[in-house]
Amino acid sequence: MNMVNIALPKGRLGETVYRSFKAAGYACPSIEEENRKLVFENPEAGVRYFWVKPSDVSIYVERGAADVGVAGKDILLEYQPDVYELADLDVGRCRMCVAAKADFRDGGARTLRVATKFPRIARGYYASLSRDIDVIKLNGSIELAPLLGLSDVIVDIVETGRTLAENGLEVKAEVVPVSARLIANKVSWKFKNGAIRRMARLLAESAAAQKEEQA
Amino acid sequence: MNSGLLQKNEETAFRLRGLYRSYGYQPYKMSKFEEYDLYVRNKSFLLSENILTFTDLDGKLMALKPDVTLSILKNGRSGPGLQKVYYSENVYRPSATAGGFREIPQTGLECIGSLDAAAEGEVLMLAAKSLAAISPEYLLDVSHQGFVAGLLEGLDLPETARRRAMEAMGAKNAPALEGLAGEGLLPEKAAKALSRLALLYDRPAPALAALEPLAENQRMAAALAELKELCALMEQRGLAEHLRLDFSIANDMNYYSGVVFRGFVPGLAAGVLAGGRYDHLLHRMGRQGGAIGFAVYLDQLERFGAPSRDEVDVLVLYDDSVSAARVAAETDALVAAGQTVRAERQKPEAGYKRLLDLRKEGREG
Repeated sequence: MNMVNIALPKGRLGETVYRSFKAAGYACPSIEEENRKLVFENPEAGVRYFWVKPSDVSIYVERGAADVGVAGKDILLEYQPDVYELADLDVGRCRMCVAAKADFRDGGARTLRVATKFPRIARGYYASLSRDIDVIKLNGSIELAPLLGLSDVIVDIVETGRTLAENGLEVKAEVVPVSARLIANKVSWKFKNGAIRRMARLLAESAAAQKEEQA
Repeated sequence: MNSGLLQKNEETAFRLRGLYRSYGYQPYKMSKFEEYDLYVRNKSFLLSENILTFTDLDGKLMALKPDVTLSILKNGRSGPGLQKVYYSENVYRPSATAGGFREIPQTGLECIGSLDAAAEGEVLMLAAKSLAAISPEYLLDVSHQGFVAGLLEGLDLPETARRRAMEAMGAKNAPALEGLAGEGLLPEKAAKALSRLALLYDRPAPALAALEPLAENQRMAAALAELKELCALMEQRGLAEHLRLDFSIANDMNYYSGVVFRGFVPGLAAGVLAGGRYDHLLHRMGRQGGAIGFAVYLDQLERFGAPSRDEVDVLVLYDDSVSAARVAAETDALVAAGQTVRAERQKPEAGYKRLLDLRKEGREG
C-alpha cells in the first residue's frame, strides 16, 4: 500500500541511476529481466519503478503520479517544476554549454541567434549577460544549426565534446554543470516522509561512497 | 438533504461556511470586478502579474479578481475591534498547465486588526479544522517568516544570493545551499543553518526543540516564542497531531511577515490551503495593526476520491404502446419509494441498477 513510486528516465542515464538505487538497497529483480512491462514492483523494498521519457520525469513527479524521480538538472532548470530537489546523485555528469563554429567570435554588434532544446536556460543565461538574442527552439540535431547558418551558436548538453569536435564546433562558454538529481513530489514527501527521507539519505550516502572509491 | 447530491467542493464550501460562522466570522460578499489600478499598485503582492481585464462601459479598465485579500483590505474599515470575515469567491488566475486563465473557487477568511496570540491561534485552528473537513488525514505545515528573516539579518546578502538561497530553501535543496556557500555567496554557517531549517519536518515538540539552538538573535527568538505559543494552543485543542513545522514554506519575504502555513491532504498532489500573516500588505494599504488569513482552494477537490458514477436505481423503458400517464405513474411511484429513476425510450449511456421495461417487446422477451 505505502510503496514509493519512482519515475526513472529511460535510457542510459536511467540504467545508471537504477544501479545507484540498487546499491542503496532498493533492488527490484523484475526490472533487470528483459521484458516489455512498464511497471516493476518490489514490495519487500517498498518500491515501484517505472520508465518514462527523461523530460517527462518532472511532470510525473510534480503531479504526484510518481512520489520521487530522477531528472537531470537541465530538465529542472528548463521546466522549473514545483518539486523538492533532495539530492545530487552524482551520475550523468555533463555540462550545459554554449558552442559555435571554431572560428566564430561573438562581436556583440548583432542580435545573437541561439539554437537550443532549452530556450528557458538559454534566455536566462543571455539575460544575465544583458545580451540580445533570438532563440531558435529545435528538438534535436542541434549541432546542425550553426553548420547550416541557421544560428550563430547553440546552447546544449556537452558530455565528451566528440560530436562537437567531429563537426568543427567547440565550446565557447559553460552555462551550468549538469547531473542527475533526486526530486520528490511536495505532498508525497510529507505523507511518505519516513520512506522518502530514508531513500534520499541512502542514495546520497551511496553516491558519496562511490565518489570516494573513484578518487 | 441527500449529501450525495453535493459535489465534494460544494459540500466542503458549505461546511467551511458553517465552521467560520460558528467562530463569529461574518460573510463578506464582493463584486466580481475591481479597478485594474488596484492590482497595478500592489502587483508585488500578487502571485502572477497576468490579470484578466476588460473595459467597462464608462471606459474604466477593470479586472476580474485574481485575489480576494486585496479587495477585503481595500474596502475594510479600521474601527475598534477585529475585522473577522470569511468569503467564498471565484478568482481568475493564469494556469501554466491549462494554457490560459482559470476560474478558481476559493473559500477563506481574514482576521484584521490588533492581533494577539488568541486571534492567531483561532485562525490556525480554523485552518486545521478546514482541512479536517476535507480529509481526516490532513497535515498542516506551519512556519514563521521571522525566523528565516532573522537568520539572514545582518548578513547583508546581495539580492541574487538571497533569491537563490530562498529558492533552494523552497525546494529543500541542501546541496544547492552548500553550493552557494562554495561560491562564496553565503557564509558557511548561514548555509548550514538554512539547510537544517529547510530539511526540518517534524511534529511541534521535537521540531521546536531542534530550533532552539538555531535562534541566535532577538528576531529569531521572538518568532520561536510565537510559534511555541501557537503550537501550545493547538495542543490544548487536540490538533497538534496534524501539525508539522516546515520552514521550506517560509520563503516568500515579500508577502508574508510572520506565521505562514500550508495545508495538504493525501491524494491531492498540490496544497489545498495556504495562509499566514501578511502585515506588509495591510500597511501598504494605509492601515494599522496586523492581518492574518488563509484560503482553501476548492478547485482541487474535484480530483478528490473516486469519480462519482451518474447511475440511477431504475431505468424505465417505454415506447408508443405505453401511455404517458402510465410512465408518469410508474416513475412517480418509484421516486416516492426513495429510488432514483430515469425514463427513456432507448437505453442511455448512463448506468442503471435495475431495468423496468414497460415496452411490449420487453415484456415478451
